[in-house]
Amino acid sequence: MTPTAGTGRKLAFALLAAVPVAVFAVFFVLPVGAMLERGLWPEGGFDPGAVGEVLQRPRTGRVLWFTVWTSTVATTIAVLLGVPAAYVLHRLRFRGRGLVRAALLVPFVLPTVVVGLAVRELISTSGPLGFLGLDGSPVAILIGLVFFNVAVVIRTVGVAWEGLDRRPGEAAAALGASPWQVFRTVTFPALRPAIVSAASVVFLFCATAFGVVLVLGGVRYSSVETEIYLLTADLLDLPAAAALSLVQMVAVVVLLVVVGRLRAVPDPTVRRSVAAPARPQWRDAPAIGVTVLTLLAVALPVLTLVVASFRSDGAWTLDFYRALEGSGDGLLQVSVTDALVASLRIAVDATWMSLSLGLAVAFVVTRRTRTRTGRRMRTVLDGFFMLPLGVSAVTLGFGFLIALDEPPLDLRSSPLLVPIAQALVALPLVVRTLVPVLAGIDDRQRQAAASLGAGPLRALRTVDLAVIWRPLLASAGFAFAVSLGEFGATSFIVRPAEPTLPVAIYRLLSHPGALNYGTAMAASVVLAAVTAAVILVVERLRVPGTGAW
Amino acid sequence: MLELKGVTVTFDGTRAVDAVDLSVKDGDVLAVLGPSGCGKSTLLRAVAGLEPLVDGSIAWEGQDLAGTPTHRRGFALMFQDGQLFDHLTVARNVGYAQRLRGLSRAAVRAEVDDLLTLVGLEGYADRLPRTLSGGERQRVALARSLAARPRLLLLDEPLSALDAGLRGRLATDLRRILTESGTTALMVTHDQAEAFAVADRLAVMRAGKIVQEGATTQVWGAPVDGDTALFLGYSRVLEGAAAAALLDLAGAPVPPGAAVAVRSSAVQVGPGDGRGGVVRDFQLTPDGSRVVVAVDGVGDLAGVGAPGWAPVPGDVAAVRVDRRGLAVIPDAQAHR
Repeated sequence: MTPTAGTGRKLAFALLAAVPVAVFAVFFVLPVGAMLERGLWPEGGFDPGAVGEVLQRPRTGRVLWFTVWTSTVATTIAVLLGVPAAYVLHRLRFRGRGLVRAALLVPFVLPTVVVGLAVRELISTSGPLGFLGLDGSPVAILIGLVFFNVAVVIRTVGVAWEGLDRRPGEAAAALGASPWQVFRTVTFPALRPAIVSAASVVFLFCATAFGVVLVLGGVRYSSVETEIYLLTADLLDLPAAAALSLVQMVAVVVLLVVVGRLRAVPDPTVRRSVAAPARPQWRDAPAIGVTVLTLLAVALPVLTLVVASFRSDGAWTLDFYRALEGSGDGLLQVSVTDALVASLRIAVDATWMSLSLGLAVAFVVTRRTRTRTGRRMRTVLDGFFMLPLGVSAVTLGFGFLIALDEPPLDLRSSPLLVPIAQALVALPLVVRTLVPVLAGIDDRQRQAAASLGAGPLRALRTVDLAVIWRPLLASAGFAFAVSLGEFGATSFIVRPAEPTLPVAIYRLLSHPGALNYGTAMAASVVLAAVTAAVILVVERLRVPGTGAW
Repeated sequence: MLELKGVTVTFDGTRAVDAVDLSVKDGDVLAVLGPSGCGKSTLLRAVAGLEPLVDGSIAWEGQDLAGTPTHRRGFALMFQDGQLFDHLTVARNVGYAQRLRGLSRAAVRAEVDDLLTLVGLEGYADRLPRTLSGGERQRVALARSLAARPRLLLLDEPLSALDAGLRGRLATDLRRILTESGTTALMVTHDQAEAFAVADRLAVMRAGKIVQEGATTQVWGAPVDGDTALFLGYSRVLEGAAAAALLDLAGAPVPPGAAVAVRSSAVQVGPGDGRGGVVRDFQLTPDGSRVVVAVDGVGDLAGVGAPGWAPVPGDVAAVRVDRRGLAVIPDAQAHR
């Protein structure tokens, strides 16, 4: 290898790293920074006193406590439901397994506004669970959060479980360990990293949940995220909003670091061997029971929503769907179907953006480095691009408004603003799907290709591309679905004349009237159907044993 | 005593284990010897309760084990690659079975130390499995299996993953440890040397069926057919006139229609022009030399060269055949 070739490759990599970093700096760091600046430097001078004052307000304390306890409880329930379901769906063999898997994955990509609406319909006084009197209680929010996140646990833990070698467990059984003892002493220790990472991601999602809490919490219950929205959009109390954003960001970074430590096991290499799923046995009955329960809990709100969208005044009707052609009595400036078209167009843009960024990031962070600084750089970059997971989408959206409003970056009227914001929200998901796959490629494969005369690009095509195209398509599906449902950031930056479908649904919801409410439900069903269709396609592409968040 | 009657295991309709009858008496070590893919590992897993039987029965002391799950059988299974629990130290791996039974910490520790001494790994208690060599890992796996005080120890190619020198030493150790602890064991292996070193009795398995069973030396000296002979390390199986010529060369009586299997160690080739042949090929080996010699009426035979002798192809050689290295196969349909 000549020195020129080596330098060329280094340059190519530097460029590959520079592009996402630059995009990220302009469209993430800058807006979020601007938001924080408003809070910490209110009159041009550094004044953290305002932040302190906000944090001492009793309402802030209530909001923080509410966020922490709902997220903790929801995470616990999601893990308790998700782990047995992961076992059933990834280690047992039965008819319709693929269908159940896909069905349980759908809630995660359902637009948060739709989830909120579905749960509200379920527990409203006229809904199937109305007799429980949960309407307007925090339990509603918990149901929404669990509904939304159980899929994350099932997927993450399930993929890990699927790739778990069966034989250590058999060895333990042959030494006299009962099935429960096998789980406790062999299986659980092997699954712990996956469970911890699933739980931490779920906690993050719960703590930064926006649409669900906004729709279900009303004015009585507010989490940090909805409070930031309230403070910026309604009360225009920017210092307070910035203070909360700051708290949220610090908490997220701390959590990510702690989780990183927890996930670090003494010996990270995993022996992967996708075990053939076994036939269900009697001892699997409890796990199967939990899975059925989870399936019901996921199906019920969706079914309620679908049914309700066809019913008006106790009779079946298509009125709400016909109303989709209209604009909700001028509420929306455009028709609901136009909003759907706008959503789809934006989702296409957001998808290619997050895919190209995610691919570049994934290549950079999985590149083998021999130097210490190289490895540290990689870790920092890896964490850096995970930030959108924990930074409030509302903060991001509002930051866009205040940071990108003057030359040379006056992008407020640019049609690319919304897709860019959504691409950044989807980025962690794309990176998380691609990184394990790329990292799992044995470098000796590339070396073998090179030794047979393949140049770097040819080796990339032979080795990397062959492995990554399916996960790439899968993450394209995820990015598309996330973009379709994105609400927090979009609600700030979307032009009123061109709302996306989730924004249109929320506007319909926040205005009284049975027709508005019904139209919102019909629009939700359409949005859910489109996203579910995308996810079903993705599910067919899934590579066993790879691709988890 | 373990008794297998008509044990059959199928995979997607293929009979991996086909009506196998076997028994292992208390204190005995039985080796099931067969080429890879013959179904021997499946047989072992079936005994452990890890594969369901489609037919037949497995009984211990006369009691059918059909409804007994793996962890209640009291049969410890030692895997080919040990399957140590990587997240536990050596001591915790070895003490695993006793902790399951709720023994006190001190009692577990004492027994673990005893077992580690037995397998020659004193002072390894706090190491993690990944820091051990292949041989050490197998020793730990053996200690862990013995710690379960199994009624029957199941060994799945216990030494195959090791290099040749280590395998020889560990086989001797394994034999000693099993005899000293009086453990009843069922071992499967494709390595005839391993089986010979460790087991009292031998069962040869081919295509899911047991084709021969008996005391190790007896099976060794009298393979039931040609394939078995070749698998047991005989270098050639001769039939008809060639067989008669060879037996004649060894000075043995010639039964009519018999086939003869010959080990290369039984064919001693040296310089000279007695009853001989012509050297075809000569190779030095670590412990001597290997000669291929063409013998009149017999054909090419592999043999051992006399010490210090270095012929070139074409040289005339004296050939002596030791009848103790021959096996007469009465079955006239013996194959090569």
